[in-house]
Amino acid sequence: MKKRIALLLSILLTLSLTALAGCASKQDGGSDSSSGKVYYLQFKPEQDQQWQDLAKAYTKETGVPVTVVTAAEGTYESTLKNEITKSNAPTLFQVNGPVGLANWKPYCYNLKNTALYQQLTSPEFALKEGDTVYGIAYVIETYGIIYNKTLLQKYFDASWSSIKALNGIKDYNTFATVVREIQQHKKDLGIAGAFTSSGMDSSSDWRFKTHLANMPLYYEYVKDGITSTAAVKGTYLDNYRTVWDLYLDNATVPRTQIASKTGTDAETEFATGKAVFYQNGTWAVNAVTGDGKLSADELGILPIYIGVEGEEKQGLCTGSENYWCVNSKASKADIQATLDFLEWVVTSDTGTTALAEEMEFTVPFKKAKESVNPLVKIADQMIKDGKTPVKWVFSTMPSEAWKNGVGAALTAYAQGTGQWKDLETAFINGWKTEYQKVHG
Amino acid sequence: MADRNAALTPAAPLTPPKKRKKAKQPLKRYAVFFFLPTAAAFTLAFLAPFLWGIFLSFCEFFTITDATWIGLDNYRRALQDVGFLYSFGFSALFTLVTVVLINVAAFFVAYALTRKIRGSNLFRTVFFMPNLIGGIVLGFIWQILLNGLLGLYGTSLAASTAYGFWGLVLLTAWQQIGYMMIIYISGLQNVPHTMLEAAKIDGATSWQTLRKVIIPQVRPSITICTFLTLTNSFKLYDQNAALTPNSLPYKILEDGSHIKTTATIAKNIVDQFNENYFGTDGIAQAKSILFFLVVVVIALLQLYFTRKKEESA
Repeated sequence: MKKRIALLLSILLTLSLTALAGCASKQDGGSDSSSGKVYYLQFKPEQDQQWQDLAKAYTKETGVPVTVVTAAEGTYESTLKNEITKSNAPTLFQVNGPVGLANWKPYCYNLKNTALYQQLTSPEFALKEGDTVYGIAYVIETYGIIYNKTLLQKYFDASWSSIKALNGIKDYNTFATVVREIQQHKKDLGIAGAFTSSGMDSSSDWRFKTHLANMPLYYEYVKDGITSTAAVKGTYLDNYRTVWDLYLDNATVPRTQIASKTGTDAETEFATGKAVFYQNGTWAVNAVTGDGKLSADELGILPIYIGVEGEEKQGLCTGSENYWCVNSKASKADIQATLDFLEWVVTSDTGTTALAEEMEFTVPFKKAKESVNPLVKIADQMIKDGKTPVKWVFSTMPSEAWKNGVGAALTAYAQGTGQWKDLETAFINGWKTEYQKVHG
Repeated sequence: MADRNAALTPAAPLTPPKKRKKAKQPLKRYAVFFFLPTAAAFTLAFLAPFLWGIFLSFCEFFTITDATWIGLDNYRRALQDVGFLYSFGFSALFTLVTVVLINVAAFFVAYALTRKIRGSNLFRTVFFMPNLIGGIVLGFIWQILLNGLLGLYGTSLAASTAYGFWGLVLLTAWQQIGYMMIIYISGLQNVPHTMLEAAKIDGATSWQTLRKVIIPQVRPSITICTFLTLTNSFKLYDQNAALTPNSLPYKILEDGSHIKTTATIAKNIVDQFNENYFGTDGIAQAKSILFFLVVVVIALLQLYFTRKKEESA
């Protein structure tokens, strides 16, 4: 009897192991490799569903299997590192700009002679080095200070306001006046503060350590006539401080509490009309509009003024940190399948419609449709009005560690546990140190 | 073979020695089947990655299949990293505090609950419960609690290294005291009644009984608990990552780099791995090998010393 039980058990164990192994191998070799397949490791959780739908549509049309997996910012690099070593590696992945590219260059297929590259409206949207095209930007995004039109109109109409129309906000001083008056009369407007909380939780700190830090950096580059640097000077750091103080002192929460505030906190405050201003970008529209939130036509966007001379002509911050790269170590069939898929995405009716209307992207391709995103429309109008867009130079920041150092210094300064000079040290000296570390 | 043939021959009578042999056989014969799945899992999930990890610590790599040998360079850079050395100190201090705190508290809770107190079973269950919650969840719960409390005074966990440190101590103690308590209770229940009675008859005070009779008798429990808390605390990651996710505040150094002042050693290694520039993964790998060696040495030393005490007791 015992013998039989033992036999039975061992058979069961062996079987379950083979079954497990079977499952694993099925996943690996599930599709026909002769015709190629596409595996896209995607970066934007907001657009996961849309990509899944688009992949399905493509498979239905052509029979080529497309897998889309989303790994959010923060986990993207580590997921990619793991996935790329597998036999079934992503054929299509993303890098965030020149700094991200440095790591992944050996894995980037040269896209120079592809239809995708031909479709670009301008070669400046490609990540190039010499004659090699490593990556292609597929979405152009814009950020600034998003505002609630209804609440701002209330301010303009109020008897105590000193600025009466939107065109009265044209530089840092006029904007600061509006902010301070709103904060003073927050009870009259029924709000908790002029600005949403400037949360320094990791879900929100990139808005300040990266996006806001872009402003002083951009003006320094413009002044020095450069596009990147090994040692930053910090010429406009005082302006950075002024704006940061404005954000902190006129917000929904006291400045001492920002360390634990999250991205969702700020999003909710803005969506429920508790604050007028919210520094974020075109990607944030879906999160703040909808049932019980704002309507799309209530949203407006202003440039981030930091008090630099001539800033009346400054527009919004526009650029890209999303570049498509094709895995050069994938099989030839898979590479071809991926290139075909991308061409289809940017040229076919289904693809361009999905990009413009469902993902609400502005894409730099010739056949692109106009995005339905309300903030994108405002951004386009500003460019037509002759405002100069601010470039996304934060893609030249030396490393994540540098950003973290700046972020920590911003938090400590806000709480009063640190000095502004720590930020200057982290910003200027940290740049040099990190640049050397990264560039060997 | 001879055995089997003999068994098959109907004429052969079943004698007791043969029977005994037969009873042993199934286990022997199928041992390999029982052994294989575990061995395979152990090799796949532990041994192979571990050996590969040691190899990688001598390499510069970005993806684990694409590594170049660079010798001891990673170890040199790891030991030059002030943040790593700081985290080492942070973890060491944290371990010291929690080992003492948890063991003393757990022992006295166990001691109290082995007296005849009403509802001691209820207390035991309640004290044990925090241990059932995972580290990440616990970390977040305590983050909300502590930030809520500190918020009343206009500050937060991120404002001071001390808050992050003592918050972590509080959390870990709260989680582990219940578990260690159970071990101490079982130890205390094994103290022979005759010895306690003898002590009582000899007129020992309860303090003397505790010191001279009970504690020497529960030495094995002390060994186990010290060993568990020591390695738990030194390897702590989840709770730290959830309680102070950014390891704020940072100490900004003169060269603009920074030290994350509330990062345990494990957190420092993971953060290093996630820094995402070429070469950083190798340093992280070297750090984790160093970390492994230190944990092994501490654990062995500790085992050696407590064993010695047990023998002399």
